[in-house]
Amino acid sequence: MFAYIVRRLFYTIPILIGVNLITFFLFFVVNSPADVARAHLGEKYVTQQAIDNWVAEKGYDRPLMFNSHAPGTDKITDTIFFQKSLGLFTFDFGQADDGRDITTDVLTRMGPSLALAVPSFIIGIWVNICVALVVVMFRCTQLDKAAVALFVSLMSISGLFYIIGGQYLVATVWRLVPISGFEPGWMAWKFLVLPVVIGVVSGIGLGARWYRTLFLEAADQDFARTARAKGVSELGVLFRHVLPNAMLPILTGVVVVIPALFMGSLLMEAFFGIPGLGSYMLDAIRAQDFAIVRTMVFVGSVLYIFGLILTDISYTLADPRVRLN
Amino acid sequence: MPFLGTRYAPGKTLLLTSKYPDHCFRIMVWGLMAALLLSLGGCSQPWNDPNSLEKPGETVYYGSYSSRPQHFDPARSYSSDETVFIDQIYEAPYRYHFLKRPYVLEPALAEAMPKVTYFDKQMQPVTVDNSTLAFSVYTIHLKKGVMYQPHPALANDKWGNALYLFSTPEQSAQYATLYDFPESGTRELVADDFIYQIKRLSDPKNKSPLLGFLSNYIVGMSDFSEQVMEKDRSGWLDLRTINLEGIQAVDDHTLTIRIKGLYPQFTYWMAMHFFAPVPWEADRFYHNPGFIDRNLTLDWFPLGTGAFMMTRNDPNRGIVLERNPNYRLDLFPSDGGSDAGKAMPFIDKATFRLEKESLPQWSKFMQGWYDRSGDDTHNISSSNFDRAFVVSGDGLELSEEMQSKGITVSTEIKPSIFYYGFNMKDPVVGGYTEDKRKLRRAINIALNTEEFLEIFANGRGLPAMGPIPPGIPGYVEGKAGINPYIYDWVNGKPKRKSIEHAKRLLDEAGYPNGRNKATGKPLILYLDTTGGSAGSVADWRRRQLEKLGVQLEYRSTDYARFRQKMRAGNTQLFSWGWLADYPDPENFLFLLSSSQTSEACQCDGSNTSNYMNPMFDQLFDQMKTMENSPEREAIITKMVELVRRDGPWMDGYHVKEYYLNNSWVSNTQRHGIARDTLKYLKLDTAQRLRKQQQWNTPVVWPALVTFAAVLLLIWPAMRAYRQRQTLRVNPKNTEGGHC
Repeated sequence: MFAYIVRRLFYTIPILIGVNLITFFLFFVVNSPADVARAHLGEKYVTQQAIDNWVAEKGYDRPLMFNSHAPGTDKITDTIFFQKSLGLFTFDFGQADDGRDITTDVLTRMGPSLALAVPSFIIGIWVNICVALVVVMFRCTQLDKAAVALFVSLMSISGLFYIIGGQYLVATVWRLVPISGFEPGWMAWKFLVLPVVIGVVSGIGLGARWYRTLFLEAADQDFARTARAKGVSELGVLFRHVLPNAMLPILTGVVVVIPALFMGSLLMEAFFGIPGLGSYMLDAIRAQDFAIVRTMVFVGSVLYIFGLILTDISYTLADPRVRLN
Repeated sequence: MPFLGTRYAPGKTLLLTSKYPDHCFRIMVWGLMAALLLSLGGCSQPWNDPNSLEKPGETVYYGSYSSRPQHFDPARSYSSDETVFIDQIYEAPYRYHFLKRPYVLEPALAEAMPKVTYFDKQMQPVTVDNSTLAFSVYTIHLKKGVMYQPHPALANDKWGNALYLFSTPEQSAQYATLYDFPESGTRELVADDFIYQIKRLSDPKNKSPLLGFLSNYIVGMSDFSEQVMEKDRSGWLDLRTINLEGIQAVDDHTLTIRIKGLYPQFTYWMAMHFFAPVPWEADRFYHNPGFIDRNLTLDWFPLGTGAFMMTRNDPNRGIVLERNPNYRLDLFPSDGGSDAGKAMPFIDKATFRLEKESLPQWSKFMQGWYDRSGDDTHNISSSNFDRAFVVSGDGLELSEEMQSKGITVSTEIKPSIFYYGFNMKDPVVGGYTEDKRKLRRAINIALNTEEFLEIFANGRGLPAMGPIPPGIPGYVEGKAGINPYIYDWVNGKPKRKSIEHAKRLLDEAGYPNGRNKATGKPLILYLDTTGGSAGSVADWRRRQLEKLGVQLEYRSTDYARFRQKMRAGNTQLFSWGWLADYPDPENFLFLLSSSQTSEACQCDGSNTSNYMNPMFDQLFDQMKTMENSPEREAIITKMVELVRRDGPWMDGYHVKEYYLNNSWVSNTQRHGIARDTLKYLKLDTAQRLRKQQQWNTPVVWPALVTFAAVLLLIWPAMRAYRQRQTLRVNPKNTEGGHC
């Protein structure tokens, strides 16, 4: 397995270079370095000299990809792409174009994102699995049909509706919790209750319906019938036999998401005033801050690849028959 | 395998185990009960209070902002969502009188308004009207005894040496934020601090947006910029060691600034934070090794002499300003009613929270958790506007709901103008012949500003009659102030000319029924936009021009491309706006000076319409150096008439904003230019507490009903499960399968 993981880690290098290239291309095909400078210097009284100074200081006065005037390897290395992207591989993100240290910003904003994402994720999975197993327990009954209809209805409602409706009912009409905000430490709970509940409820339709399908496949397998024949209770059959045997597809969808929890949620964080990473990249795109954009794309790619590797490893834990070679 | 089943040990703890999986439901039940109990625990105050507990006796203002500030460096910041903070912290030599309109400057850090003397090239004194005038020298006498806020940059040991100077990043590693430094200090403001800040403006490394502009005026600024860039910039560069020719400190409390030529508007610039003093110690402190890697910069942690200081800067969550304990004696204006002559600020602390979405922001305002509807912007969305205001005979007035809450409204007509511009170089709509003027007028009449404001902006705007907005000298109200080419004066108010009139103009312009008289081809106009060609506003514009038989096409692009087109003059119609830097008509009329076209200035020209009228230019050169006087107003009237006649802009309006204030807030007047208004605000915190408790009683029964409903669902499920467990195998149905 170790060799497999090392090999997968080596695969990430060309993938990340490719991701960087695409990001770089997409960013600079839309904006020239002078446009970026204008975005940072403002609208009024901007002189060409100020633009040139900004571009030179940020190192954007080099050629984008290939420096035909430079000697030897400098043709490649003395370019914006090489200078700006190489540091990412050492996780040295440098400064944003507005002068702030990106690593500090990411670390500061990661905490609130996790405070919202982790409970939503864990409780969400737990609730979805429980609900799906209960529905499977009553499979082929009117309750099962009603539940599926309910799941489809819940899936069909926009996520924004859950947020706005939840805020309106719980925080505005009933005044049970603050409508938005955040405090560090334990006082965060009162701000997180509502978004977590909304996150969980809005995910039940999709999650429970998917898990129900997986559990139905396993619920009528021979091992389940044998367990029932041996007198195991139905819940025991579901939780101890059906659930472990349906774990592989569940892990496929779940584990890959875990690293991405660090990246936060754009909508939830914006509506609930959570100072997380959710809008960091979007704000950077609006501000034409290439330093942040390339960092966040890079971090997102690394986390996604890491999630895929974790998924592979989790297979071996969930199913001893799986071997990573 | 430990997974999801539950086991409850009575009297002990709730355990997760797989041994008794049929207790899964119970976890939900107990979880819900625990959540309910937790919620009920805080009955003493409203449950939905998002604010932290205040210290006893502390007067705290609660506000919000909608976009994250980027810069707090007074040399660099140039955005209204930043000035709402830093203008409370930094003070310039001058400021605007809080109450007087039209806007009036008054001394802030200066003892009096500046004394201006004039010189020729040989530095011999001349009079202001002398043609050999080459320089203006501003002499500024500073108030004595003004102290900086407490700050670690000014902390010294008993021998007078700075406490926080480090040679390596490791030495200061324990200081992650500015608030980790245990010691702070202060010192008196001196004239050298203004010089240091002007040198910072001149240093290209600080990326001041005004560097290029001010270099045209302040003597020696360009040379200074070149000199500092030749120095080693790897560490701190002590700007005191390099001379800036035009700035001199006569003594500790007197400063002179020499500018090229005559530029009376320079005093207005000295009322902006760009000219706020910065002590050199701050620059040295923030250049400590490793500080920038922790975002310890002047751009993030300001140091000023103003009424407030920043004590928390987490712009993604909130920003806190607290009363500066060293703030000088500053009295409320003597003509300010019951608060006249009282020492400011009236509040101890201001807590601002980032609210990206208007819905939660509005809800919190209505629940009393925010004192005003907005600080940097009004934050009243269209739907909320309909809830807040009703149309009455006298215009808009507060709805009954707002009145019952005691909410008050503050209005502000921004010294701004938004307009659609014609590119005067365009062969179809540009030009200065009478037929081209008539074409532009016809289009202007058809694009009905009043209707636009009514439909899309809840009437929050004032149709522009010329380039100068209300509150600025040169703006004329009433019949004399209307644009006679577009409006008639009917029943005591301006009325837009009819579409029939516009059609006649179009006919006279050579486009009868929207078709070229010579070729018969339809007239197609092209509007360059970044907003796309779909949507209700785009459709409305199309429909308006269709009334004339004119077709409108959208050329949609991203903002960078749009700016490129504007610079190259490669547009036909476009939308643009301008927010004044200072309340002088020169700051609007220069937008139409031919020297401000991109081609003429070789920059991002402010004259976006490429309007070039020699008469206008001549009058502009005349008025720009004059003091406000009847003669100047007469010239401005002529210039406005030229603009109305030629019509390079159309469908213009001045933004009128409505801000709502809860009943416990007073002195809420808005100032169109100044943002240093927090110190004037007054709060009745006892009333606020009363109203907050009255408005935020929790409604518990829906939670209890939800809880009961869940129980009701669980009970039959458990019953059904138990029945199922006791079922016997039916020999007729042993095949299995799903259903």
